[in-house]
Amino acid sequence: MSAQSAFAQALLDPALPCPDGLSTWNGSDPAIRFAVYRNNVMVSLMDALADTYPVVQAFVGEDFFRAMARVFAQANAPRSAVMAFYGRDFADFIDTFAPAASVPYLADVARLEMARVLAYHAADVPALDAQALQIALADPHRLAWAWLALHPSAQVITSPFAVLSIWAAHQGESEPSTFDPDSAQTVLVFRNDLAVDMQVLADGAAQFVRALQHGQTLLAAAAQAADLDATFDLTHTLALLLRWQLVTHVTTGDLRHEHTH
Amino acid sequence: MLNPTNTGKLPQVAAAPTLPKRAGVGLKPEHVQEILDTQPDVGFFEVHAENYLVPGGPFHHHLTRIRARYALSMHGVGLSIGSDAPLDLAHLNALKLLLDRYQPQSFSEHLAWSTHGPTFLNDLLPLPYTNATLQRVCDHIDQVQTHLGRRLLLENPATYVEFAVSTWDEAAFITEVVRRTGCGLLLDVNNVYVSSVNHQRDAQAVIRALPLAQVGEVHLAGFAQQQDAHGDLLLIDSHGAPVAQAVWDLYAFTLGLTGPVATLLERDNNIPAWPVLLAETGLAEAALRQACLPQTQTSSGFDEVSA
Repeated sequence: MSAQSAFAQALLDPALPCPDGLSTWNGSDPAIRFAVYRNNVMVSLMDALADTYPVVQAFVGEDFFRAMARVFAQANAPRSAVMAFYGRDFADFIDTFAPAASVPYLADVARLEMARVLAYHAADVPALDAQALQIALADPHRLAWAWLALHPSAQVITSPFAVLSIWAAHQGESEPSTFDPDSAQTVLVFRNDLAVDMQVLADGAAQFVRALQHGQTLLAAAAQAADLDATFDLTHTLALLLRWQLVTHVTTGDLRHEHTH
Repeated sequence: MLNPTNTGKLPQVAAAPTLPKRAGVGLKPEHVQEILDTQPDVGFFEVHAENYLVPGGPFHHHLTRIRARYALSMHGVGLSIGSDAPLDLAHLNALKLLLDRYQPQSFSEHLAWSTHGPTFLNDLLPLPYTNATLQRVCDHIDQVQTHLGRRLLLENPATYVEFAVSTWDEAAFITEVVRRTGCGLLLDVNNVYVSSVNHQRDAQAVIRALPLAQVGEVHLAGFAQQQDAHGDLLLIDSHGAPVAQAVWDLYAFTLGLTGPVATLLERDNNIPAWPVLLAETGLAEAALRQACLPQTQTSSGFDEVSA
C-alpha cells in the first residue's frame, strides 16, 4: 500500500491509527496533528451536506444532522472535486438510516433539496416562445411526429407525502396545520431564468413530462398521461410548460422545419 | 533519474496577462449581487475553479458579469498535483474549458494532493519532500501547463505534519519545482506563517529562500489556534478570521523584498458582510502603496499601483 493510500484510509476511518512516517519538530505525538486533517475532511463534507440539505437539517436539528452526515460521509467520500453535487445519494441513505425513521418524509425532502441544487446549476438553454411552438405544431401531419425537449433543469419528484408543502412550511411560506403531510404530492423542480421554482403536478401532467423526458413523441406522451389521469388536459399542460419557460426545442417529423428558440 | 529534457519552458505560450498589483478578494455567492450593484474599486476577484465546473445557472451568470468588469484569478483546489497517481484528464479538460471561457489573468493550484483513486478527499494534504515527489510534481505541472497552454502559479502549503523521509526543506523544494517547470509562485504568506509556527521555522528566512522573482500573487488569510500533544502552538489555516497582525507584518516584510504584487484576501468560513471584506482590502492596498513609496524615488517600475 502506498503512503498516500495509508494516509487516505486513515483520514476517512477514525478507527485506524495515524499513518506511519509522520514527524514533528518537538517530538510530540503526530496523531494530534494528523487529527487536524481528519477533522478538516469530515467537517468539510458535513458542511457540504448541510449546504445542500438545509430543510433536512431544520427537521432533525443540527446535532442529529451532523451525526447522520458523518455516518454518511465516512461511507461515501466524494467521487469528484466538484462538490456542488456531493451527497446525491443522501436521500437513499436516509431511507436506510434507522435513527431517522421517525420522520418518514425526511428522505423525500432530501430528494427535493438535491433536485433544487441540480436545477440551480443545470445548463442554460433558452426557452421556445409560444408562437414558435404554435407554428411548429400547426400542421397536424407534423404534430403527429413532434418531440418536445424540456429544459435540463426539469425534474419530477414523486412522494407519498406532501413533500413540497412540508418543504415550504420550513420557509415560512405556509402553516404546517393547513395541509395533510400524508397526502401524496408530485413536484416539478426546475429553474426559470435564475431562480429555482417548484410546482405541484397532477398525475397526468407528471406522466406527460416524464414521457417527454424519455424521448416519447408529444402525442405518445399525451396518450400515456390521459391513460393514467382522465383529467389530463394537453393544452393546459403545454400552456403551463411554456409559462414556466420549460419547452426549449420542438422537432417535428419534417426536419426541414425544426424550430428552436 | 530526473529527465533532463523536462525543463518545462513552455515555448508555445505567449506572454500571459497578469493580475493588477493591487488587493483582490475571494468572490462569494452571498456578496456577488452587492458587488455587481455597487461596483467597488477592487483590484481583482478570485474564485475556486471547481465551484464553476457546473453546467450553467446563476454562478456562471454572475461570474460572466464580474469578469466583464474585473480582473479574475482562477484558483484550483482539486487537481491534486501531488498525487502519486496520474492526473485526472477529465478534470484537466474541464479546467481547460473553464479557463478558455473566462480568460482569467491567473490560474493557480496547490503543492498538495487531494485525490486517492476515485476518492476526492476535499482537503489539501501534505507531501514528503523527496526526489521522487519532486519528479512527480514537476511531471504533473509540466502536463498541466502544456494541457492548459498557460503558466501555473503553485501555492506553498500550510501543513500540520512533516515526513521523516523528507530530504528537502520546503522552500528549497519549491524553488527547484519553479526552476524546473517554469511555473510561478503563489506565495501564501499566511501559509508560510502557519507552517513556520507549526514546524518551528524562521518565517522570514523561509520567505527569503523562496523564488521571489517568480511570485505572481500573494494570499493572505486568517488562522485558528490549537495546541499539539506537547502543548505547543499549532496554527490551523482556517480562512475563517481576519488576517492576523503577525501575518500583516510578514506581508510587509515580503513586499519589501518583492515590491508590490497582486494580493488576495481569502475568506472561506465565517464570511462577513461585503463591506467588512472590502475594508480589509484597504489594509492590503495601504501596504502595497507603502511598498511602492521608497521605490518610486529610484525606479518607475511600480506605476500601476501608485495612481
